[in-house]
Amino acid sequence: MVENRPWSNFFAHTILILGVALVMLPVYIAIVASTQEPGEFLRGTLPLLPGGNGIDNYTTMWQTGISRAGAPAAGTMLLNSVIMALAITIGKLFISILSAFAIVYFRFRFRVFFFWLIFITLMLPVEVRILPTYQVVADLGMLNSFAGLSIPLIASATATFLFRQFFMTVPEEMLEAARVDGAGPLKFFKDILLPLSTTNIAALFVIMFIYGWNQYLWPLLITTDADYYTIVMGIQRMTAEENPQWHLIMAAVVMAALPPVLVILFMQRLFVKGLTETEK
Amino acid sequence: MASITLEGLKKTYSGDVQAVKGVDLEVHDGEFVVLVGPSGCGKSTLLRMVAGLETITEGTLKIGDRVVNKLEPAERDIAMVFQNYALYPHMTVYNNLAYGLKNRGFNKDEIEKRVQVAAEMLEIEEFLDRKPRKLSGGQRQRVAMGRALVREPAAFLFDEPLSNLDAKLRVQMRVEIKQLQRRLKTTSLYVTHDQLEAMTLGDRLVVLNAGQIEQVGTPMQIYARPATMFVAGFIGSPAMNMVPVEYLHARGANGLLDNLPEGTDIVGIRPDDMHLAPPAGQHLIVESTLQLFEAAGAESHLYVNLADSDQPTVIRVSGQPPVAEGETLRFYVTRDALHPFNSTTGQRTGD
Repeated sequence: MVENRPWSNFFAHTILILGVALVMLPVYIAIVASTQEPGEFLRGTLPLLPGGNGIDNYTTMWQTGISRAGAPAAGTMLLNSVIMALAITIGKLFISILSAFAIVYFRFRFRVFFFWLIFITLMLPVEVRILPTYQVVADLGMLNSFAGLSIPLIASATATFLFRQFFMTVPEEMLEAARVDGAGPLKFFKDILLPLSTTNIAALFVIMFIYGWNQYLWPLLITTDADYYTIVMGIQRMTAEENPQWHLIMAAVVMAALPPVLVILFMQRLFVKGLTETEK
Repeated sequence: MASITLEGLKKTYSGDVQAVKGVDLEVHDGEFVVLVGPSGCGKSTLLRMVAGLETITEGTLKIGDRVVNKLEPAERDIAMVFQNYALYPHMTVYNNLAYGLKNRGFNKDEIEKRVQVAAEMLEIEEFLDRKPRKLSGGQRQRVAMGRALVREPAAFLFDEPLSNLDAKLRVQMRVEIKQLQRRLKTTSLYVTHDQLEAMTLGDRLVVLNAGQIEQVGTPMQIYARPATMFVAGFIGSPAMNMVPVEYLHARGANGLLDNLPEGTDIVGIRPDDMHLAPPAGQHLIVESTLQLFEAAGAESHLYVNLADSDQPTVIRVSGQPPVAEGETLRFYVTRDALHPFNSTTGQRTGD
């Protein structure tokens, strides 16, 4: 579009800049707060300029954590979070793409019924089924384990549904051409469907990773061993203290925010590439 | 190389919809047979049954001497060209061609060799490392052909492969397909709804209607002697005119219609067989009013209504006759231009 309207340009930019400022302010405050001296927050005013204690705060948080609050080193918690989020993401993608494949490409009895069964679980968030799930996980002896943290969250109606919708847009002839070319169902899946789904997989990877990363209630329920604490619930534990050490907590917050950002940056390249290269 | 034999082939979908109602056909080794018919006549279904993409409800299908009813498409030794080409968008042209060979466990050198030969034949060597999306419609069409070619199958199956191309390219590809098939002598079954494509490509035509064969024959046999009223109306453009015998009698037939075969109550007349000048020998004379004059370059189409019956009729004449719309026209038809039919059975009555 070729346009030359200085005023509308000016307004558009003002609004965009305001929006960015609004979103960035809390992030900025978190970063600034994480560089302050321990006593800084007790004065009641929020400092807006970075302090000089940043490196100290981050090292302390990364290496030792706040043991008084029952939160282990942020390093451990971050690692736990990464393991849980990755397990959930990969598990979800794996299961949902295969079930979508089955639902779209195989004619079996009660196919529609199974689809609706999966679809209906969309309406049940983790919180609704948390008690029975806890019971099951406890009975299976999976409390305080990575399996317990991730497996119950792996089933995903959303991803199955999205993959199903995508598969239905792939022309029928593609499957037929592959059949004539001697590709069986799994070969078709591996050689044709999977490469075509790259964009969708990348997008869902981001969504699922953030979903897994942000899990709070579930890890809180099933972990009692500090070795399995995740960062999101760890932060909560730290703030529950009587005199929260905000400078350390903010350091943890900044660290907790980084992995999802990295995942988005990395995956964005992949799905922009996918968007510009795929064509049906 | 093999023949394809269809014996009493039937396809019934759930809900008792009969798409193909018993087709017997023998495609000889090396022959180019075109299945033609209006949309919904079951021609594509029939082709897909031969390909193995649709199950066969009843009947026997043989490729060569092998009954292949229950075999997977890949095991039937056929290659298919799809209407929308169905190229794999994420693979290069080379890999598109090579995929079927890889799946069959050919070694690298053999794949390389075959792809090169096919690419050369179709003049797509320079596109081999491009993705299909970077190609034009005609080039994609060639790649789709190449994918069939490299396999060196017993038979080619074409499912309306030219209908996504523009008119000019279609004519060009039509010629190339014909030449390619002549050269390779691979048995081919080709589906189209375009009668011109059918006439020019096929060694033999199979005209299908409502899941049944109406007529099988060489293009000229079918044009010169359509076996049913459906074929008469379907093959040839503009379509054959149908005039009731009674009407011609009433206009004074001079005994010219006396030797029509028994049961004839309607006759077909090709638009080119209606002359504006009286021909030599005996002929019928019919009067009409010119409704619309259509100049199509080397020829003209005259849309007329027959006098006293208002039946719309088309006349094709070469050049541009000096006529005006609304004018009363007299045209002449000789006896041998009449195709006698029975309108109740729809069958040709003789001649």
